[in-house]
Amino acid sequence: MDGNRRDFLKLAGLTTLGAAGASSIKASTEPESTADSHTETSTDGVRLAMVIDLRKFSKDDALIERCVKACHVAHNVPDFVDDPKNEVKWIWADDFETAFHSQEFHFIREDLKGKPTLLLCNHCDNPPCTRVCPTGATWKRDTDGIVMMDWHRCIGCRYCVVACPYGSRSFNWKDPRPAIDEITPDYPTRMRGVVEKCTFCEERLARGLEPACVEACSNDEIAFGDLNDPNSKVRQLLGERMAIRRKAGLGTQPEVYYIIDDPRTLLEVAPAAVVEVAEGGDHA
Amino acid sequence: MYDAGKIIVGLVIFVILATSPLWFNALTSESPEAPKLQLPTNGSTECVETTEYMRAEHMDLLNQWRDDVVRKAKRDYVSSSNGKVYDMSLSRTCMDCHSNKAEFCDACHNYLAVNPYCWDCHVEPKGAN
Repeated sequence: MDGNRRDFLKLAGLTTLGAAGASSIKASTEPESTADSHTETSTDGVRLAMVIDLRKFSKDDALIERCVKACHVAHNVPDFVDDPKNEVKWIWADDFETAFHSQEFHFIREDLKGKPTLLLCNHCDNPPCTRVCPTGATWKRDTDGIVMMDWHRCIGCRYCVVACPYGSRSFNWKDPRPAIDEITPDYPTRMRGVVEKCTFCEERLARGLEPACVEACSNDEIAFGDLNDPNSKVRQLLGERMAIRRKAGLGTQPEVYYIIDDPRTLLEVAPAAVVEVAEGGDHA
Repeated sequence: MYDAGKIIVGLVIFVILATSPLWFNALTSESPEAPKLQLPTNGSTECVETTEYMRAEHMDLLNQWRDDVVRKAKRDYVSSSNGKVYDMSLSRTCMDCHSNKAEFCDACHNYLAVNPYCWDCHVEPKGAN
């Protein structure tokens, strides 16, 4: 009887060891899961992106305000005046060094120093916010790369707010309706307890319009288009000019680019820039 | 059983009292009037589907529209009753004709004590008559 129990315990121990060993061997030999599969921007289909020309923006101080207003009016974004705790924003401005603080600029060029810089959801190609959503209320669209939101499904857990490294997501702590000056009836508001953010104006794109902030610009300060189309405006700009992205080192593949070069320095290498300088006039 | 008479009489009185609303309704009032809905005032005579279908299934249809538009970016709805193509939009397509939320949506929903949350976010048309 005793011997039987001893044998049984030995066998059980061996079985457990074997099982544990097999699973750890399996884990160490199999390739890593999806963690590193998105480090490159996807190259098939449409990949919408935005290119913001900071040089052009620096010439028009009121432009940022016009962009923000166009967006926030079109999308019924509440304005909790002087109440930063409840602030809701889709597109906003911060100074250049803060917007790009991971770049650690020293002796920064004068025209960029402290300049208000337009910020919005980067519609990352590898968005961390969509991974953490427990209800599938936010996801990256296969068709064009827009990081969408379904406010019907948002339960307000705010995981995505924490996951987003750009502060692009806002939570409605209060009923937003009283804080909306004039409601645009074409677009819904949100309700208390829901997260919201920029959607690249997917509802306008569906009607053949450009995003509201792009439309608010009069001089091509923001270019918007398909990154996978070599002839698109965004690709041309990125091919000719020097552009940076916010916190690119995190691997989120943000798809909002900021042109930071000064066209004057490009006179000899890029004929296209000469034309632009000539047209711009005041800084030739 | 002690006091059987009192207990039975008490039980009978209790049952009558407890069911009195039913008796009251059955004997006195007529069946409550069905709500009267305001029909479209913009002259349109056909909906995206037949009236019978809309009466029974509009909530499922709206859920379908919601998912198609938001999650699949599909915005065109082909009617199975008249073959026309409609924009799947509550605030545009539906409310273009049924512009008076109080006399159309609410009239029935209040009567049935259902409380859909469409209008927590979607904006009802202004200037409804």
